[in-house]
Amino acid sequence: MSDLLTRPSDVAADDEGRDPVVAPARTFIPDATGVEIGERRRIRQSTIDDKFNLLGSLLAGGAIASLLFGWFTPMTGAIGWGVVAFLAFIGLYALLVSLRADRQQVRDRVMTTLLYSAGITLFAVLVFIAVYTLARGSEALPHLNFFTQTMELAGPLDPLSMGGIIHAIVGTLIQISIALAITVPLGVTTAVFLNEVGGPFARFVRTIADAMTALPSIVAGLFVYAAIITLITHQRSGFAASLAITVMMLPIVIRASDVVLRLVAGNLREASYALGASRVRTIWHVVLPTAKSGLVTAVILGTARGIGETSPVLLTSGVTAVMNTNPFEGPMISLPLQVFDFVRSPEPNMIARGFGTAAVLIVLVLALFFVARIIGGRGPGVLTDRQRRAAAAASVRDTQRMAHQMADREIEQRASSPVYTFVPEMADDTEDAATHERAHAPRTFVNPNFPAATPAAAPQNPELDSEPNPEQNPEQKESSL
Amino acid sequence: MKRDDDFVTIEEVLLADARTDVLVAGTPSKASGRRSLATALSGPDQALRIVGYSAGATTVGIMLLVGLFLAVRAGDALRVAGPSFLVEQAWSPETQKFGMAAILFGTFSIALVAMVISVPLALGTALLISEIVPPKVRQFLVTMVDLMAAVPSVVFGLWGAFFLQAAIIPVSQWISTYLAFIPIFRVDDASGTTLTEPAAFTGSAFIAGIVVAFMVVPTQTSVMREAFSQAPPGEREGAFALGSTRWGMIKAVVLPFGRGGMIGGTMLGLGRALGETIAVYMIISPVFTINWEVLKTGTNSVSALIALRYGESSEFGLSALMAAGLVLFLITLVINFTASSIVARSRSGAETS
Repeated sequence: MSDLLTRPSDVAADDEGRDPVVAPARTFIPDATGVEIGERRRIRQSTIDDKFNLLGSLLAGGAIASLLFGWFTPMTGAIGWGVVAFLAFIGLYALLVSLRADRQQVRDRVMTTLLYSAGITLFAVLVFIAVYTLARGSEALPHLNFFTQTMELAGPLDPLSMGGIIHAIVGTLIQISIALAITVPLGVTTAVFLNEVGGPFARFVRTIADAMTALPSIVAGLFVYAAIITLITHQRSGFAASLAITVMMLPIVIRASDVVLRLVAGNLREASYALGASRVRTIWHVVLPTAKSGLVTAVILGTARGIGETSPVLLTSGVTAVMNTNPFEGPMISLPLQVFDFVRSPEPNMIARGFGTAAVLIVLVLALFFVARIIGGRGPGVLTDRQRRAAAAASVRDTQRMAHQMADREIEQRASSPVYTFVPEMADDTEDAATHERAHAPRTFVNPNFPAATPAAAPQNPELDSEPNPEQNPEQKESSL
Repeated sequence: MKRDDDFVTIEEVLLADARTDVLVAGTPSKASGRRSLATALSGPDQALRIVGYSAGATTVGIMLLVGLFLAVRAGDALRVAGPSFLVEQAWSPETQKFGMAAILFGTFSIALVAMVISVPLALGTALLISEIVPPKVRQFLVTMVDLMAAVPSVVFGLWGAFFLQAAIIPVSQWISTYLAFIPIFRVDDASGTTLTEPAAFTGSAFIAGIVVAFMVVPTQTSVMREAFSQAPPGEREGAFALGSTRWGMIKAVVLPFGRGGMIGGTMLGLGRALGETIAVYMIISPVFTINWEVLKTGTNSVSALIALRYGESSEFGLSALMAAGLVLFLITLVINFTASSIVARSRSGAETS
C-alpha cells in the first residue's frame, strides 16, 4: 500500500525506464529524507515560567486580600475576601505574563484563566450546594427511624430519634408512579406520532408541546388547584398532585423522546419497509428497539425533574404528617414539599429533618440520573456486548431456520422431479457456503424425519449479525417498550 | 398494442403532455398505465394512525385546556381590573385593587440579577468545556452540567436561605457603602437615611437572584456549549494557521458562530428564572411596592405571589392569581419561542432535519 503512495514518477523511471510524464497523476507522500525534523512541539504543556506566574500570582492575590481584610480596611466576610483575592490574582497574573510576552499572549493567558475561573466557580458552588445539604442532613440521616416512621407522633420539639419521613417517601413514589403511568404511554405515543405519522397536525402538536415547556410549574399547580380541586374533588389529594406533575412532565418527555426518535437512522426504517414490513411492525421492531436506551433516558430525566418539583405539589397535594396510601382521598405529602414544610419551622430539629429529607431527595435524583446515564450512554442503535451477542445468536438461529426451509423445499422438489434442479441462489462471494450447503444436502435427504438435527451450515454474513430479526428474539421483543 | 388504436388512457395523455421525456423516453404510446403511488394503509397501519392522532389530540387537548382555562378564569379578574392591572402596585383583590406592576418589576429584577451573574459563568464554562479542556475531561464535565440541571429547586432554596443569606450580607453592605452613587445599589429608608444594619439586606432581590442564577446556569451552559462545539473546524484551523492565539481564535471564530446559541441559551435561562418559584419564595420578603434598590429587603415575584396567596383566596382572588399566572406564562412563552427560533436558526442547515 505504501509504495502506491510514493512518488509514482520515481518508480516508473527507476524500474522500467519509462517516461515519467506518462505515469498517472496520483497523491503521494513527499520524500522525507534529508528534511530536518525539530523536536515535537507539545501544545498542551506549560513551561516552568507559566507555572510560576500562576502560582505566584495566586499566592500574592491571597496575601493581598488577607492584608486588606485583616489590617488595612474594615472589610469582612469570606465572599468579599474571595472577590478581592481573585481580582488581585488576575491583575498580578497579567502583570507577570506581560514581563515576558506580547499583548496578544497576555490577553490569551488572562482570558484562559478567566474561563477556568468561571468553570471552577460554577462547579465548586454546585458541588458545595450538594455537599452542604448532605452535611447538614447528616444530623438526621443516621437515625434509622427517619426512614421507618412518620411524623404523626413527633412534634417540632421532639428529638431526632422520633419521627421520620416514610410517609413522604411513599407519597413521592405513589405520585410519581401515577404521573409516569399517564406520561410515558401518552408522551412516547405522541412522540412516535410526531416522527412516524407526521403531517400538519403533527407539526401543530409539536408547537403546542414546545409552548408548554414554557409553562411555569406554579401555574400548572394553580391550574390543577382551580380546575380540579376547587371545582370537582373539593379536597387536596395525591392524585391531584400527580396530575400537576403530569402537566409539567408531559412536554419534557415528548420533547426528549421526539429528539431521540429523530436520531434513529432513516436507512434502518427504509430497510424495514423494503423488506415489506408495515409501519406498525417497523415502529415496533425497528424504531422503538433502536431508540430504547434514549427513550428510557428521556423518561428517567423527566422523572428526576418531576420528583424534584415542589411548587405544583405545594398547591395540590396538601400537607400531612400521617401515612396516606390512597391517592384519591386526603392529603398526601411528597419529599420536596416535606422539605419545604420542615424548614418553615424555626426549631433546629425540624430544620435538621428538612436537610435530611433534602439529602434523601438529592440522593434519589442522583441515583435516577446515573441509572439514566448507564442506560442511555450509547447512541441509538449502538448495542452493548451482551446485546450484540444476543443479536448474533438470533442471527444464527435465523440463518439455520432459513437453511431448513431451503432444505425442505429441496426435498419437495426432488420428490416431485427426479433431476436435481434446486441450487440456492447465492452471490459469488458466498460461494464457499453454497458449496458447503450442497455438500450437506444429501444428508438431509437421507434423514428427512429429523431435519432439525442436521442444520445446514449457515453463510455467516456479518451484515446480518448486526441487524437481528426481532421476531426471532423474544427478549428484545418483550423489552422493546 | 391493440388497445392503442381504440382508446387512449389518461396516463398516456398525461405522458404525451409531459414537458420532460425522462419518464418514458420517446415512446409514450407504449406506456400501459402507471402504478399509483398512493398507498392503501393496512389494518394495523390504519390503527396506528388513529392511535397516533388520538395521542396527539389528547396532548394538545390537555395543553389547550390549561391555556384556555387560565385565560377564561383570568378573564373575570381582568374585566374588573381593566388596564390598571398593568400599572397598579398593590395586590388586594378583595377590595378590587390589584395589579401586576410591583410583582412584575420584582420578577424581572430577580431575573436580571440572575442573568448578570449566570451569563458570564455559563459563557465561561461553555467555552472552557468546548474549547480548552482535553476531550476526556470534556465528557465528564458535560455529564456534570446535565446532572446539575436536575438538582431540585428546593435544595437551592435551602442553600440560599440557610447559607448564602448570611454569607452574602457583608458583600451587600460593602456594595451599598462604596457604590451608593449608583441609585440601584443604594439602601435607604423612605426618608432617605442610609441603612447599614444587616436586617436591611435580608430577603433582597440580589440574594434571590444569585440563587436563581445558579439554578439556570446549567441550562444556559449546555445550550451554549452545543452551539460552540458546532463552530466549523476549518475556520478554527484557519485562525490558528494565521497565527492566532487560542483566545484570538475563540473571539474570531467560536463566538461569532455561537452567537445564536449564546442569545438563545441566555433567553432560555431567563424563561426559567422568571418562572422559578420555591427557591425565590423561601428567600424573599414579599412587598407590594416597586423597589428599585436591589440590595434592600423586599421584592416579589409572580410565582411566589401565587404560592403565597392561593390558599387564602376567594373565588375572585383565585381568578386574579390566574391572571397573574397567565401574564407570566405569556411572557415565558414569548421568551422561549424567541430563544428556540434563534437557536434553531443559528444551526447550520445540514444538522437540522
